[in-house]
Amino acid sequence: MTGFTPLSSLAGGALIGLAAALLWLGAGRIAGISGIVAGAATGEASERSWRLAFLAGLVGALLLYQAAVARPAVDIAAGPMTLAVAGLLVGFGTRLGMGCTSGHGVCGIARLSRRSLVATCVFTAAGAATVFVVRHVVGV
Amino acid sequence: MQAVGLLSGLLFGLGLVVSGMISPAKVLAFLDVAGAWDPSLALVMAAAVSVAGVGFAIGRRLRKPLAATAFAGPTRRDIDANLIAGALLFGIGWGLAGFCPGPALASLSVAGSRSAVFVIAMLAGMGGEALFSRFANRRPRPA
Repeated sequence: MTGFTPLSSLAGGALIGLAAALLWLGAGRIAGISGIVAGAATGEASERSWRLAFLAGLVGALLLYQAAVARPAVDIAAGPMTLAVAGLLVGFGTRLGMGCTSGHGVCGIARLSRRSLVATCVFTAAGAATVFVVRHVVGV
Repeated sequence: MQAVGLLSGLLFGLGLVVSGMISPAKVLAFLDVAGAWDPSLALVMAAAVSVAGVGFAIGRRLRKPLAATAFAGPTRRDIDANLIAGALLFGIGWGLAGFCPGPALASLSVAGSRSAVFVIAMLAGMGGEALFSRFANRRPRPA
């Protein structure tokens, strides 16, 4: 179980919002992680380089944080099989639905996109229903 | 544009750490509405959407981005079956492990092989979708 952390949640959320605002105002691109990952592999060369730079920053942020502050807690309860199945679903689903928590959830809602609002409601409800089944019906 | 991308990625990753959302346990505690519910993720989203919303509002007053030739945002407005089905599948995967793409990638240097298993499967899922959509002969779309 984890405790409610309102201040760090607001501060961290503001940083994520700032990252999205910066990428839009600076580069005119949406900070949607699933789209950035997919485009980094398959997009045209000019679109690949900023995506690779973004991903380097995303991974590098944790290296810097570990070096300067502390090793952050990453508590993963799922076993390898569950992680593999979950990864497949997340990869397939985010491409079919054209976005994830960042692209639809943060940027899309901030852009007042009805598509993104619907997608965010659907994936959040599906996530909550899945956790309900796993924890309270199957009882893992 | 690369410098903007790098800085944005750094801020994004830092935000995931500061908010605690880098940890699947924290995300699952939000999704577990029938258990010991932790509403933190809702505040992360509220803050992120508010700050990003200011950015997009400023963007409407600009003719082009500061370090690129044009804004390249999504243009579709229709709610189609793929949007719903994709969001459903993604949500199920999110609820199974507590990982979405950002935290999974960002945690690679901390969580090592556990994150790597998820990320490799996620890339395979993305590749699978590309094949599926080609097979289903849907119209091409920007990445």
